[in-house]
Amino acid sequence: MNARTGAVSAGQVAGDSTAGKIIEARDLVKSFGQTPALRGATLGVRAGEILAVMGPSGSGKSTLLHCLGGILAPDDGEVWYAGERLDTRSDDRRSELRRDRFGFVFQSGQLVPELTAEENVALPLLLSGTRRGPAMAAAREWFAALGLVGLEHRRSGELSGGQAQRVALARGLVGKPAVLFADEPTGSLDSLSGELVMDLLTAAARERGTTVILVTHDARIAAYADREVIVRDGKVSTLTGAEA
Amino acid sequence: MSVPLTLLGLLEREPSHGYDLKRDYDMYFGRGKPLRYSQVYATLSRLARDGKAVAGPAEQGAGPERRRYVITDDGIADVERWLAEPAEPEPDLQSELFAKVVLALLLDRPAGRYLDLQRAAHLQRMRALTELKRSGEPLDLLLADHSIYRLEADLRWIDHAAARLDMLAGAVKR
Repeated sequence: MNARTGAVSAGQVAGDSTAGKIIEARDLVKSFGQTPALRGATLGVRAGEILAVMGPSGSGKSTLLHCLGGILAPDDGEVWYAGERLDTRSDDRRSELRRDRFGFVFQSGQLVPELTAEENVALPLLLSGTRRGPAMAAAREWFAALGLVGLEHRRSGELSGGQAQRVALARGLVGKPAVLFADEPTGSLDSLSGELVMDLLTAAARERGTTVILVTHDARIAAYADREVIVRDGKVSTLTGAEA
Repeated sequence: MSVPLTLLGLLEREPSHGYDLKRDYDMYFGRGKPLRYSQVYATLSRLARDGKAVAGPAEQGAGPERRRYVITDDGIADVERWLAEPAEPEPDLQSELFAKVVLALLLDRPAGRYLDLQRAAHLQRMRALTELKRSGEPLDLLLADHSIYRLEADLRWIDHAAARLDMLAGAVKR
C-alpha cells in the first residue's frame, strides 16, 4: 500500500507476510569469498516509504541494497518484489526489472563522460527502447524540476559535483521507477550540496509515491527518511526493537 | 542565552518600550517560550540601575504609564563584548549521556541498548528539525541547522561509545 495515497496496486499483496510491503528481504546470506557480508538479513519496505539503511562501514548495508535491487544474487534467503520472488529470476529477467521498475543513484562517478547531461538522463529510456525524441523530451523535464536548466548540453567533466549528482538523480528517476535505490548519494558532496540533493530527491519521491531505499552512514541524510534501520554484522535491526 | 544582554542588544537597535522589546524578543528568540512582562520590566529596571540603559519620562496615554528605554554607552560596550565572546560550550547533555553509559556499564545493564534508544530519539528529533527546515521560515532554518549539528555531534559520540563498550566495561570495573 502506498503510505501516502492509501492505494494498493495489483501484485503488491501476496500473503500475510508481504502485505503492504513492496520489497522484502528474508534471511539473506551473502559472502564474498571467505568474507561474510550478510548473515540472515531480514527487512520489509512499504510502498511509498523512504527508508534509511544505516550502519558502520563494512556492515553489509551496500550488499543488502544490491541484493534488494537485483544487482547481486544472495547465496541464500529470498528477495521479494511486489509479491514475486526476485532472487530466483534469471539474470535477464532481473535486468529487465532493474531497467523498468527500479532506479539507482550511487555515490559518484556514474555519468557516461562521452554523453551530454541530457543524454545521460535519457539513457535508461533509450536502453529500454524509447525513441530518442520522446526520451530526450522526458529527460528535459527533469532539468527544470532539479534546477539544472542551462546545463543540458554539458558533459560530466563540465559539471560541479552537486550538479553531476543531480543529473544522476534525474537519470535514476526518469523511468518513473517504483523503487529508487540510493547508495550514499551525497557521500561525495559538501553538506549544502548534499542537502539540496536530498531535498530534491525526497520531494520528487514523495510527489510520485516512489519508494526510496537510502543507504547512508550520515545521520543528517538519514533524517530525510521516514524511518531508519541499522545493519550490524550482516543483520538488520531497528533501534527501538520494532520489526525491521 | 542571556536575556538581559539580548534585550540590551534590541535596545541598541532603537530606543523601545518594554512592550516592543517583549514582542521582538518573542518573535526572534522566544521559540515557544515567550518572556513574561514582569521579567521584561524587572530586567529593564536592573539594566537602568546598573547604568546600561536609561528610562525616559513617563508617557501618559489611554493605557497604563509607559516609558521608553535608551541604551547607554556602557550598555553598548556590554553588547559588543558579549557578541565578541564565544559561548561556553554547554556540557549538560554530554554529562547526562556520559553518566548513563558509565552507570549502565557499572551496573551490568545493557549500555548498547540504552545507546540505541538514545540514537533513535536523536534521529527522531533530527527528522522533525529537517521537516521544519523544509517548511519553515529562513530564521527557523538557521536555528534548526544549529540544533541538527549539535545532535549530529552527540550521535557521533554515541557511535564511538557503542563501538568501544567492551573496552569501556573493562575500564569502569577495574
